[in-house]
Amino acid sequence: MSQPPDQGSTSRRKFVVGAAGLVVAGASGKAIADNPKNQPPNVPEWTRTLGDGVGVRAYGTPSKFEKQVIRRTVPWLTATPESSVSFTPLHELDGIITPNGLCFERHHSGIAEIDPADYRLMIHGMVDKPLIFTLDELKRFPRANRIYFLECAANSGMEWRGAQLNGCQYTHGMVHCVQYTGVPLKTLLNEAGLKSGAKWIMAEGGDAAAMNRSIPLAKALDDCLIAYRMNGEMLRPENGYPARLVVPGWQGNMWIKWLRRLKVGDQPWFTREETSKYTDLMENGKARQFTWVMDAKSIITSPSPQAPAKSKGLTVISGLAWSGRGKVVRVDVALDGGRNWRTARIDGPVYDKACVRFYYEFDWSGEALLLQSRAIDETGYVQPNKDDLRKIRGVNSIYHNNGIQTWHLKPDGEVENVEVG
Amino acid sequence: MSRLVSAICAVLLLAASTFAQSKNAPKKLGIGQMATAEQIAGWDIDVRPDGQGAPPGKGSVKQGEEIYMTRCAACHGEFGESAGRWPQLAQGKGTLASNDPVRTVGSYWARLSSLFDYVRRAMPFGDAQALNNDELYAVVAYVLNLNDIVDDKFVLSKETWEQVKMPNANGFYDDDRETTEKAFWNKRPCMDNCRGPVTITGRARAVDVTPEDKGAAAQ
Ligand code: HEC
Repeated sequence: MSQPPDQGSTSRRKFVVGAAGLVVAGASGKAIADNPKNQPPNVPEWTRTLGDGVGVRAYGTPSKFEKQVIRRTVPWLTATPESSVSFTPLHELDGIITPNGLCFERHHSGIAEIDPADYRLMIHGMVDKPLIFTLDELKRFPRANRIYFLECAANSGMEWRGAQLNGCQYTHGMVHCVQYTGVPLKTLLNEAGLKSGAKWIMAEGGDAAAMNRSIPLAKALDDCLIAYRMNGEMLRPENGYPARLVVPGWQGNMWIKWLRRLKVGDQPWFTREETSKYTDLMENGKARQFTWVMDAKSIITSPSPQAPAKSKGLTVISGLAWSGRGKVVRVDVALDGGRNWRTARIDGPVYDKACVRFYYEFDWSGEALLLQSRAIDETGYVQPNKDDLRKIRGVNSIYHNNGIQTWHLKPDGEVENVEVG
Repeated sequence: MSRLVSAICAVLLLAASTFAQSKNAPKKLGIGQMATAEQIAGWDIDVRPDGQGAPPGKGSVKQGEEIYMTRCAACHGEFGESAGRWPQLAQGKGTLASNDPVRTVGSYWARLSSLFDYVRRAMPFGDAQALNNDELYAVVAYVLNLNDIVDDKFVLSKETWEQVKMPNANGFYDDDRETTEKAFWNKRPCMDNCRGPVTITGRARAVDVTPEDKGAAAQ
C-alpha cells in the first residue's frame, strides 16, 4: 500500500443548527430533509396505501433510506481494485455481528467466482491418504458454529505516522465479526491421517493469487475451521465462496479464501505473504516474522468522524473491541485524551476471539472532548497508546497497529481523527 | 520462534503427534475420495526454501530479460523500479532502517523460494500460471539480476538454487511480542490522573487524504 498523494479531498460534514438548537447532521453533508406532511397530525402515504407484496423482494436488501451504509475504498492506496481493500462501515453498525454484504474485502487478484459443482479441496503431503473433497462431502462432516472476528493485520496501518484518515471506516474498517458454520480442520486432517513428523500445513486459495500461508499444525488442530457458511447463508464470493479457512484470532491474511489445497509438511514455507508482506519492520531495519496473533484493540464507532454527535445531553458512546488472545473482559473509555478512565458497559454476548460491543452513556454539556477507548483481554493485555507502541516498534511496521484511537468531539458535534501528545 | 509460540507449539505438537498416531484418534468417517497422483501434480505448485517442489527446467538471465520486458515491465518498470503505483521489485538497498524503507526482492526478501513460488502462482498479474517452467526460471533469474544478486551469465535451475544468496537473509526474527512488549500486560492499568495535560499534535483534516463521500453525496 502506498503513501497518500499530496492532494485529496476531505469528507467534511456540514452541520445545521436547527431552531431548537439541535445539531442535525446528514450523512450526505446536508441536513436530513424531513417532510412535515408525513408527521403528526398528518397521516403519511405509507399509512394509507399498500406496499410491495411478498416475493417482490425475494432476497431482501436494506431500506432505500440506508444507501449510505456501504463498504468504501481509498483509491490512492493501491494500483488496481483487483488487488485492494474495501472497508466495513463500522460507524453505521451496532451489536457484534457484521452483515455479510458489509464485511470488508481484501482481494489480491479479484473475486474468484467458483462453481460449487466444480469446487474441490485437496489434502496431501505428509498424510497417510491424500484426499479430495467436493463441497457436498464437506457438508457431510459434523458441523461447528463459531463467532469470530477477522482483522486484517494492516488494519490501521495508515495511521502509524499520525492521524491520516478521517473516519473509523477507514482507520479501523478492516475488521468484521460473523458466525461461521463449517468443519473443524482437525476432523479433515484426521480423515487423511497425519504422518509422524508433520508440523506445519500450507493453505492455498483457488483464486488467481493462489494465496498461500504456512500455519503451525498446533493451531490447525486447535480451533481452525473450514467454513462454508457465514451468518447462516453460504459464504459470499467476496469472502471465499464456497469455502474458506478460519484461523481464529490470527491475522486475516491467513484465513485463505476460495480454499483449494492443504498440504502437510515438516517446516514452514516462508511464502511471499510471510516474508515480503505480513512481516513487521522495526526501527533497526530487522523485521518480526510470524506475528500471527492480533492483539487486543477497540474503537469508538459513534460518535466518530462519519457519525457526528447529534445533540447535547444524554449521549451514547458505542464501540467495538476484540482480542486474538481470547475474550475481551473489560473496555475503558476516556473523555479527556486518556487522563482519566472509566469502565464501559459491555452489552451482548462475549465470545472467545470475537467482537464485543461496549457502551458508555454520559451527559454531554457540549464542550470539546477527546474520546478514547482501551480494551483489556483475559490474558491481562491492555491495549497500549500509540506512542508506547511506537517506542518499541517505530513507525515502519505497517501491520499490527492496535494503538488507542483519539476522536476530537467538537462543540458543534463534529468529530475528527487526531493525535494527542 | 518466540518462547511462548514455541512453548505452545511444543505442547500442541505433542498432542498433534499423539493425535496422529494414537489408536484412539477419532474414527475416520470415510468421506472424500483418494486424491490421485495426477490430480495432485496439477495443483502442487508450492516451493519450499530448500527447493523442494521446484519443477524441472532452467532459464538464464538473458532469456529472462526478454520475458520480463514483454510480461512484467509494463507494471514493475524496466529496471524493477515500478511503473506508476505497481509494486517495486528492485533497488532500496540500505533503506530498511531509514525513515522511508523500500522493501524489494533485493533489499528485503530473505529467500529465493518466496520469489519463485510467488511468481509461479500469481504472476503475471491477470495471467497467472501462464509461464512454462523454463520461462519461470528465466524471469526469476532476471529479477535477481535486476537486484544485483546474480550476474548477467547466471542460469537458474534446481542445480544452481543453493548458489543464490539473498542480501537480507538474516533480516528476520520470530515474533517476540510476549517478551519485548511485556509491559502491555498490566493487571492494574491506571484509571485516574494517568498523564499530564493533553494537547492535539496532529489532525486528519490537515493531512486531507480521506476520500470524498461520493456515494452518499449522490442521494
Ligand atoms: C498488470 C500488472 C502486472 C504485471 C504485468 C506483472 N505484475 Fe507482478 N505484481 C502486480 C501486482 C498488482 C502485485 C501485487 C499483488 C498483490 O499482492 O495483491 C505484483 C506483485 C509482484 C511481486 C511481489 C512484489 C512484492 O514486493 O511483494 C513480484 C516478485 C512480481 N509481481 C513479479 C512479477 C513478474 C516476474 C512479472 C512478469 C512475469 C509480473 N510481476 C507481472 C502487477 C503486475
